[in-house]
Amino acid sequence: MRVLEGEKVTKYFGGLAAVSEVDFYVEQGEILGLIGPNGAGKTTLFNLISAALVPKPGTIKFKGVNITGFKPYKICRMGVARTFQTAKIFANLSVFENVKVGSFFGTGTSVSAAESARVAQEQLEFVGLAGVSRVPARDLTLSHQKRLEVARALATQPELLLLDEMMAGLNQTEVAESMELIKRIRAKGITIVMIEHVMKAIMNVCDRIIVLHHGKKIAEGTPTEIVNSPTVIEVYLGEKSDAGS
Amino acid sequence: MEDLMVGINLLAILYISWFVDWALKQKKSKAWLFSGLVLIMLAVLITLPYYGPTYSYIMLTGILMYLILTVSWSIFSGPTGYISLAPAAFFGVGIYTSAILGKEFPVLIVVLFGGLLSVALAAFVGAITLRLRGIYFIVFTFGLVLLIISVLLWYEIKFTGTRGRFIVAAENDMIYYIMLGIMVLLFITGYLIKRSKYGLALQTIGQNEEAAAHMGINVNAVKIAVFAITSIFMGMAGAIMAMRWTYLDPYSAFDVFRSFLPVLMAIFGGMKRFYGPVLGAVILAFLEEKLLTEFPYYYKLSFGIVLILVIIYLPDGLVGLVEKFTRRIQGVKRAGA
Repeated sequence: MRVLEGEKVTKYFGGLAAVSEVDFYVEQGEILGLIGPNGAGKTTLFNLISAALVPKPGTIKFKGVNITGFKPYKICRMGVARTFQTAKIFANLSVFENVKVGSFFGTGTSVSAAESARVAQEQLEFVGLAGVSRVPARDLTLSHQKRLEVARALATQPELLLLDEMMAGLNQTEVAESMELIKRIRAKGITIVMIEHVMKAIMNVCDRIIVLHHGKKIAEGTPTEIVNSPTVIEVYLGEKSDAGS
Repeated sequence: MEDLMVGINLLAILYISWFVDWALKQKKSKAWLFSGLVLIMLAVLITLPYYGPTYSYIMLTGILMYLILTVSWSIFSGPTGYISLAPAAFFGVGIYTSAILGKEFPVLIVVLFGGLLSVALAAFVGAITLRLRGIYFIVFTFGLVLLIISVLLWYEIKFTGTRGRFIVAAENDMIYYIMLGIMVLLFITGYLIKRSKYGLALQTIGQNEEAAAHMGINVNAVKIAVFAITSIFMGMAGAIMAMRWTYLDPYSAFDVFRSFLPVLMAIFGGMKRFYGPVLGAVILAFLEEKLLTEFPYYYKLSFGIVLILVIIYLPDGLVGLVEKFTRRIQGVKRAGA
């Protein structure tokens, strides 16, 4: 079943097409990678899916329902959660309170304070931050802040999770930990779309990859297909003739 | 003598606000533990007209007016960081409600109506401006006060022919009691908002509004609702205060200083804790009452100096100072044990 479907999704900033007529779909339970050079429109596409921006023209469907033009809070309550490229934590709240915001407001049903606290605790344990739950979020390291964002997103009980460059700026060990975390999230039955520049991670965890370039979809396929695609190699490394000269 | 009476009653108010702050921090609501003392403090305040000289509760009414403006301002603007300069507008709406309805209706109805009209104005203004952030929001809310003054002046001169209006006066003790009632309602409302999930939502809006929206918070609805709810107290305070002043025109009813002073008092007191704005309002309003009569030319100057010193040396206001002090005492205790 397709959890998410986009049809001719387009977004202009002034005269520039940040995302141009991109068709995409996400199958239930898969991990979809979204790659492309800087400025390719990956984060814009995330913003369109999570309703921070509205596509014009184009439609986006979540579980068959047309969600184009919905407000972000509604998208979240329907079951789409996201993290941000630059961690957007609630800096002065404690780690625990950050996650509690997700379980309190994001689930779409009315949740008691005790229940939301229980869910928050559970998610903190899941991502391995239970030990620092009382610490103000601003005191966390970058890698922990990114984990906190994941915990906060998971606390909203999503069916689809959008991860925006979760591994940027992390060291080798932290990248390995993150890859393992993503696999554990999928094991819970949550579908994942991830933007990533760390190729090792993309190749390792993704079932399918979409490549964006200048706002257009230029390739789509399994990791093996993508690494062997001449178009993708050209975009990332330049044409063969350039390399020689 | 009056000063002593006023001082005792101000301490009673401070105690009550400290108690609200304390109750907010309790995991399970054990508020009844201390409620005996709160009732005694309320009794001290309620009986003031019986044992204190008239001037003492007139003065306290003036201080309560600033306290209500400051606390209701800080419930919304404190956590969200949306600095509203509209308190004078909501307060003035209350005053004009009093001027127009005061002759025909009982005092309580007029006060309630003043509050509700403020809510209507705040909801309308909030709906169109709360998507503006930072300086734009500040300027717009300030412009609102000036806009109302101009429209009122135009209306009064064109249709009534006179600039000002007389307001039916009320007894001083009646004004005091209603002001006190508004304060109690405000404290209860503040407690309930901060205690509820919307208190948490307000904080997330102040720290990262975009993330808050993506976490399922309907940020616009929360902002507009709390902005409107807190303005009811400003409108009610204006409606009752008008009955003491008896004559008003658009300039004095929408005095822009009633927009600036709540901000100043809240910053002076510190907005991290519930009692902070109360402390700031009580001290500065008391000083204003004293300095206005004794040094009429220096008091605004001294306010400016105080504000500059506080921003430089006490970024968290008096609350920061109090917390530093208590931490030091606790540190000494621990070191001694």
